[in-house]
Amino acid sequence: MLKIDSVSKTFHAGTVNEVRALQDVSLSIEDGCFTGIIGTNGSGKSTLLNAVAGTFTPDAGSIHLAGHDITRWPEYKRAALIGRVFQDPFAGTAPDMSIAENIAIAMKRGQHRSFGFAVTRAFKDDVADRVRTLKMGLEDRLDNPIGTLSGGQRQALTLLMAVWTRPKLLLLDEHTAALDPKSAAKVAELTKIIIAREKLTALMVTHSMQQAVDLPDRIIMMHRGAIVEDYQDERKQRVRVPDLMATFDRVQKRELFDESVAGMLKAQYC
Amino acid sequence: MSLVIGAFTMGLILSLLSLGMFISFRMIRFTDITVDGSITLGASISALMIVEGYSPWLAMLVSTLGGALAGSVTGILYTRFKIQEILSGILMMTALYSINLRVMGKSNIPLLDVTTISTGMEGFFEKITATASKVDILGWQVPIGDLAVFMTSAMIAIFVAVLLCGFLFTHAGTALRAAGSNPQMVRAQGVNNNTMIVFSLAMANGLVALAGSLLAQYQGFADVQMGIGMMVWGLASIIIGEALVGKAGIGLTIAGVILGTILFRLLIAIALRWGLNPNDLKLVTAFFVFAALVAPAWFGMLSRKISGGLNYVKN
Repeated sequence: MLKIDSVSKTFHAGTVNEVRALQDVSLSIEDGCFTGIIGTNGSGKSTLLNAVAGTFTPDAGSIHLAGHDITRWPEYKRAALIGRVFQDPFAGTAPDMSIAENIAIAMKRGQHRSFGFAVTRAFKDDVADRVRTLKMGLEDRLDNPIGTLSGGQRQALTLLMAVWTRPKLLLLDEHTAALDPKSAAKVAELTKIIIAREKLTALMVTHSMQQAVDLPDRIIMMHRGAIVEDYQDERKQRVRVPDLMATFDRVQKRELFDESVAGMLKAQYC
Repeated sequence: MSLVIGAFTMGLILSLLSLGMFISFRMIRFTDITVDGSITLGASISALMIVEGYSPWLAMLVSTLGGALAGSVTGILYTRFKIQEILSGILMMTALYSINLRVMGKSNIPLLDVTTISTGMEGFFEKITATASKVDILGWQVPIGDLAVFMTSAMIAIFVAVLLCGFLFTHAGTALRAAGSNPQMVRAQGVNNNTMIVFSLAMANGLVALAGSLLAQYQGFADVQMGIGMMVWGLASIIIGEALVGKAGIGLTIAGVILGTILFRLLIAIALRWGLNPNDLKLVTAFFVFAALVAPAWFGMLSRKISGGLNYVKN
């Protein structure tokens, strides 16, 4: 279970560029729940994901995962519990190393890295079996440098690597946004299949309302560094893209209203 | 012929320097200037220990460890104290200058009339060839001493190369290569990047110090100035080696780096024979590395211009 408790983060504090990226955010995700996060640009959805991944330490609050207090853990240590797929399809793999070698690195996540050979024959058979499930024909190219593959193929492999050791949590950061439509659909489908098959707990940031409706079991909507909506269970079952759009408009109108009231009061009293 | 054997021996000894720099420059992609100091450190530790009567093999081991320590300090300056890459190396290199003087107690230790691995091997070879002082190779009379040193350095270089190549294919070795190739990826896969950098620099400078140890024993002295410009020499050797094997796997590239170092020493020997002023050697080397670094981009530009011209003609 992932438990985010009153997490706040301000970037560039005390300067003109001050950004209050997360404001007292609390969120609990049950084991086996696939949660999507949507929100406008700068709403803090990626920041929330990075707070869990450990890219930075929050100013306040705590993060617990699978019974560990990981708030102060460095990024590499959290990787023992967390699998990640990035927006940039080239970010998750080492381009000049082979497919098999890349997967060998993922296989040892959270374990001691010994002086035994990384790619053995038995390991390659195992890799071929699992890579075959991607249905991309990559099982015959295990010795090719991963840099020779397309963005979609690399992202699919990154996804496979992220779930190789069955992590306590899978983080997906707009992982289909930088792909062409066909590859994006393929990777989205794989995501759904793999998460269901491995019964993974997952947190996915997405720009696409359709994806948020189609893939996850639960949708969180963020705005200005805070959670403004939470669709669970039956509400999630019923929600459609137009509903989400309407909620977005409502949230933004409320904010416009707040701002105009503030402006009026300011004009009267200052 | 003794010139050729000399260049080969020198090349094999310095190939350890190139292999070390191959780890730091090419694998972890860290521009490490510690090299100029750590090669001298290896030479000074060995010279001191050998003069004090220790076994030359033990001296080589201690030198390697000393170099590894120096490399890890550079790594810690960079990772722990967030000092820039180049500056970390410069600080350590400068500190090593004084450390080397301290180790030796003076600026130069001659290794005459002491047992080094060179003299040890010479004695061994003389025994097995029944006191012949020269052997006949393809019609050339080669002094047995030169041959012994050549064989020893070849054995050590091959041993280190095989070990290094094997290591790079282990779990730890693949993680190290990935750390150089994509730091974000290895962090997400649970590898501590900083540990990898410190470990790589320790390994790299350990090998460099081992090269220094052998160099001192081969030349017959250790000098506090001997490290100056070594980094550029190593870089030149790596560039030649990579040009020799082209885009190849790790094993072939390692072999290429060794061959590149030997070829570089041969070129230098020939250039000196033809009357190149030894004082100009470092200038020439620096120019060569500059040319090797810009040539690919320049050729690329040239070929684009030509193909662009062709397109223009077609249109």
